Amino acid sequence: MIVSTLITGLALGSMYGLMALGFHITYAVSKTVNFSQGSSMMFGAVMGYTFMVTLGWPFWIGIPAALACCAVLGLVVERLLVRPFAARGSDAWLMATVAGGIVLDNVVLFTFGKEPRSLPSPFTESAVEFLGTGAYPLQLIIPVVGLAIALGLTLVTTRTKLGKAMLASVQRPEAARLTGVNTQTVIAASFAISAVFAGVAGLLIAPLFNVSSGMGLIFGIKAFAAAILGGISSAWGVMIAGILYGCIEALTTAYIGSSYTQIVSFSVVILVLVTVPNGLFGRAELKKV
Amino acid sequence: MTTFSFQSLTRRAFAGTALALMTALATPLAAQETVKIGLIASLSGPSSKSGEAITRGMMLAIEEINADGGLLGMPVELIRRDDEGNPGKGLTAARELVQREGVAVLFGGLQTPVSLALVPYMNQSQKPFMGPWAAGTPITKNGAEENYIFRVSAVDEMVDIALVERAMSVHGAKNPGMMLINNPWGESNEKGLTAALEAAGLPTAGIERVEANDIDVVPQLTRLKEAGADAIFMVANVGPSAQVMKSLERMGWDVPVVSHWGPAGGRFSELAGPRAKDVEMIQTFTFSGNDSPMAAETLEALKAMFPEIKGPADVTPAVGIANAYDAMHLTALAIKNAGSLDGPAIRQGYYDIETHEGLIKTYENPFTPDDQDALGPEDYVFTRFIDGEIIPIE
Repeated sequence: MIVSTLITGLALGSMYGLMALGFHITYAVSKTVNFSQGSSMMFGAVMGYTFMVTLGWPFWIGIPAALACCAVLGLVVERLLVRPFAARGSDAWLMATVAGGIVLDNVVLFTFGKEPRSLPSPFTESAVEFLGTGAYPLQLIIPVVGLAIALGLTLVTTRTKLGKAMLASVQRPEAARLTGVNTQTVIAASFAISAVFAGVAGLLIAPLFNVSSGMGLIFGIKAFAAAILGGISSAWGVMIAGILYGCIEALTTAYIGSSYTQIVSFSVVILVLVTVPNGLFGRAELKKV
Repeated sequence: MTTFSFQSLTRRAFAGTALALMTALATPLAAQETVKIGLIASLSGPSSKSGEAITRGMMLAIEEINADGGLLGMPVELIRRDDEGNPGKGLTAARELVQREGVAVLFGGLQTPVSLALVPYMNQSQKPFMGPWAAGTPITKNGAEENYIFRVSAVDEMVDIALVERAMSVHGAKNPGMMLINNPWGESNEKGLTAALEAAGLPTAGIERVEANDIDVVPQLTRLKEAGADAIFMVANVGPSAQVMKSLERMGWDVPVVSHWGPAGGRFSELAGPRAKDVEMIQTFTFSGNDSPMAAETLEALKAMFPEIKGPADVTPAVGIANAYDAMHLTALAIKNAGSLDGPAIRQGYYDIETHEGLIKTYENPFTPDDQDALGPEDYVFTRFIDGEIIPIE
């Protein structure tokens, strides 16, 4: 039972981690987050379905096209729902991004349709034997993709000019501007990347689940819980926390019972935050007085 | 930075509330020119196909009633609201339809939680409520002294007895397990299945829950498998039922699945994959394999009214259409019996129905104060999905 349960937990947790990375990247750059991250995930899956199933495009065009749509969505969210409020020092972006997600869910409901659809994938056509239990190949691919993206993000932020510009934007915005870094562009790029991460999660989870306008809500909530659990300022922290959260859910269901899954998993989040207020891997911010 | 004024919000809120109240009070409820029948159901989301099926059944019946001169000299009008499967939204819509629109009878509550949320309000308002789908036992057996809740649909406690009987007689089950949706519908069936198993002298391998958004239910199914489950009772709507079947496929566990009718409400064949056909599910009616002349006539009428319907496979779920069609005609008889649109009179009108030849069966005294459910176990039929069509199992 343990192997089968951990496969479930790792796949689910990697999804939470991937979406939590989206929360991390915008927070790291601008101290704001896109609370419609669940809707961005849904948007990726819906656009993937539209391109690959409805329009019949091959996956090597359909997937990049869907992710490009997510990037544009991220830019729109930043420009319309975050920048106007953040520029005035208001925290209303918080509610604006939530409202934006609800609007997007409803627009998709009326355009994509009311019924959930199935997104076929060659990796979910039949289960394979893995360590003595059955698993869809996609369930084994998802954690690999999640960890690869977390690694890639770490390398980009520490080894590339763009990554250093991103970090400089938040650490010394004025100094960054003086050295030619366009902080506004960097912030916009972080929202685009954040939405692309959510889109990747949506495209990966859709063949295991379904595609519908309401599919992202619960993922968005759990991903934010993972981001807080890991410490939103740490890329690896949120990824590991996502995987931990998924495994806690799966193990609770398997060994205690499905009636207790939500009670146990959210209680663990609360308990960790009481004990370690900045999350498992986060660091307290220095405040100059 | 923008400032927020609670004072200004309060003034606006007061003005808005006052305007809404004045508008509501000004609505002439008695001066309606049509007999308004309300419908609250899931018209979006995973169960929207069921909501559309109920709509089609009601529209067909209303067209026939209007062609026959309407009710009390007035045409019948259907007013729909989407509850999105949300009890709170359902209750808000019920208040609007009863208080503002002045419906004579309210149909609805595709899901048991929505219906249960509406029951106290409908009884308090003394407006008849007709359930054409939700099967929760306490919906009609709600303990109210004056019960305004009627139903032309399956009833959980009776369905559960039928599920247990099938698992035992057809599959030889001696230790079945349960996979139940984690909501009041699941709870209603947990009680019903537990009682039916006790009556049959069988233990249960376990009771597991599935959430509406669960992606993988292998952990729950593994618990049942390790407890020695030799059959599974499934009670869940389309989405979670599909996830159960996908997880069984992943596990390679070939166990009989005897199901309530939840999977019938949408694209189950598409969502559940190759194991969709393995689900044996209860229904109250099918067009496929039905040789009654009335079924054939109704199918032709549906084809004429909805050009997208080409054959029996396009009227999924047929139960929604059939239950709603018969319920609408029974409601028309109740209003005729009442001779007015007064709620208590229509309620008595339901009790006064003697005989009605319906699509599902010929109803004989379908409603009494002790039993407000028009259908019983003798009306149930087991079916399975074959190529997207619900086919009775021989």
